[in-house]
Amino acid sequence: MIDVNKQGEVWVFAEQESGKLSEVPLELLVKGRQLADALSVPLAGVLLGDGVAGLADTLIAHGAEKVYLAEHPLLGHYQAAGYARVLCDLVEQHKPQICIYGATPLGRDLAPTVASAMWCGLTADCTDLQIGDHTDPITKQQYEKLMLQIRPAFGGSVIATIVNFDRWPQMATVREGVMPLGAPQSGRKGQVIRFKADLDGATLPLELIETRRRAKKVNLKAARIIVSGGAGVGSRENFRLVWDLANSLGAAVGGSRAAVDLGYVDDDHQVGQTGTTVRPALYVACGISGAVQHRAGMAESAKILAINDDPEAPIFSVAHYGIVGDLNDVIPKMIKAIRGGAGVKGAAEVAKA
Amino acid sequence: MKYNCVVCVKQVPDTKRITGDAMTEEGTVNRGALPAVFNPEDLNALEQALWIRDEYGGTVTVLTMGPPTACEVLREGLYRGADQVVLITDRAAAASDTLATSYILSCAVTKFSPDIVLCGRQAIDGDTAQVGPQLAQKLTFPVISYLEELVGLDDGKITVRRNIGNGWEVVSSKLPVLLTVTGSANIPRPPGARRMMKYKKARSAAELTGQVADEMPDASQQEKATEVKKRCEALKGRGLLLEQWSLDDIEADLAWCGRDGSPTKVHRVQSIVLAGGEYREFPPTDEGIAELVGDLIEDHTIG
Repeated sequence: MIDVNKQGEVWVFAEQESGKLSEVPLELLVKGRQLADALSVPLAGVLLGDGVAGLADTLIAHGAEKVYLAEHPLLGHYQAAGYARVLCDLVEQHKPQICIYGATPLGRDLAPTVASAMWCGLTADCTDLQIGDHTDPITKQQYEKLMLQIRPAFGGSVIATIVNFDRWPQMATVREGVMPLGAPQSGRKGQVIRFKADLDGATLPLELIETRRRAKKVNLKAARIIVSGGAGVGSRENFRLVWDLANSLGAAVGGSRAAVDLGYVDDDHQVGQTGTTVRPALYVACGISGAVQHRAGMAESAKILAINDDPEAPIFSVAHYGIVGDLNDVIPKMIKAIRGGAGVKGAAEVAKA
Repeated sequence: MKYNCVVCVKQVPDTKRITGDAMTEEGTVNRGALPAVFNPEDLNALEQALWIRDEYGGTVTVLTMGPPTACEVLREGLYRGADQVVLITDRAAAASDTLATSYILSCAVTKFSPDIVLCGRQAIDGDTAQVGPQLAQKLTFPVISYLEELVGLDDGKITVRRNIGNGWEVVSSKLPVLLTVTGSANIPRPPGARRMMKYKKARSAAELTGQVADEMPDASQQEKATEVKKRCEALKGRGLLLEQWSLDDIEADLAWCGRDGSPTKVHRVQSIVLAGGEYREFPPTDEGIAELVGDLIEDHTIG
């Protein structure tokens, strides 16, 4: 661990794979900017890899004032041992006060390894970070301008705020998609600081045999409308209804954990506490009972329409619109009404008459 | 070649069952109404270890840290085939965060000189996935997280396929190693009926202490202690006394345990009541649905 250092910078770990940055570090730079401004300290990106220097400009365009760059052949393919060693050396040398990572499989492997090696604190899967004061309930000691690490806990039923006031840096992993992505500004200036990775002659424990990546089939974060199905849809075949309704709305398809576990839809589509957190303009929940974990991942949608044959389903407690009925009957009717298009209002009037 | 496996497991409240009875009128969780269960992915870690033992020989040790009630998961481990189980329980371990927990576990795991340490990827109460990698670092073992399939194990070298979010990779490592196992890695075997019969009466000293306190409320401390000792010995004779270790037993430095050993502190906990704003219900008729769709088009939500 390092000592409390109020002048320390705010660091964002710039996760990249095969020389490409994902959206996660760019989202984190938006949040990092807010934290750095609240503390009046610089914001820096930390870029590790092999032949990744070209990515520093992207980090600067997204708000990093500094980029710490460590390149080494042994950093070409990620493994915790090499990355953690270099990061710990960087932290020891520059003493940042905050270090944040994406809560990706890589971030959730690396950050705990660094935290353990440095005996410092780490909070997992934050959905927000703020700067605020803390009073220790036992000692009554006050601590100013700490990073408040906000995360759902207990299956998403409570929101816990965590602080680390003495064993720094303050570290957190942050959930993908919870911070909006900022637009790059090409005019920004920043400083690239090269750091020599102390890995020459080192042997890392893992040997990579094979790797296979696939493009995500669905981008729920970017979708304006999401139509989701749950266990109530009944079968993978019947999930066709959800796809049809989504097609008629130009929407993305989501699924509850139950639907994914039952094999109705692939896990790329999972919405909720353990899947993707979404906040579309419209979220249509078909046959989803609304376990708290699911609601935690979609309750911030601007409009929620729930279709369920159980009027007691918890999903109705977060819905703005509800239809209590059999989705096999309701969805085709809805598609028909949507296809009716702009004249629908008129059609409704006619139907009423 | 035989392999000695240590599986770290956790007893957790069943947060997957937060529905109906487990919710209060205010829409918050009634924790007392949630049953305590074997953390689901820890069962996958246990299954992986049992499979390795059955295939190659060796032993499976199940370790848990928690209050005496956590012995329930140790018994479940025995029902499913574990060779030995250990409870780490100590008041000074309470309120440990993931760092302190991994330190305490590392002190205990070291006692077994394992070839392979297995953890579930994450526990459903906190979902942090931190203890596995932190424990590996403390043990100075390589970590392979998010295991989906054991590809090969021979001659002191393990090869596994792990999930990397947008795909997978196959990596190999020399032993010893720490693995975190995902729910898709295997289907945990059910408890064995004969093993259940055999171990259902297994208890730890801490549980017997609780039992004696309940059954002999008026006895003196001395009498209670004597009774506990007697019951411990009786169980031990039948191989049913669950091993129990304190922080002293594993030579843990108290400065790194419990609240003092935990750099992360809770600032605030808020129950969330997920409630919508205005709610309108439409009948499941052509007219009702057309009216709803019309409203959504009118306010430019769709169309």
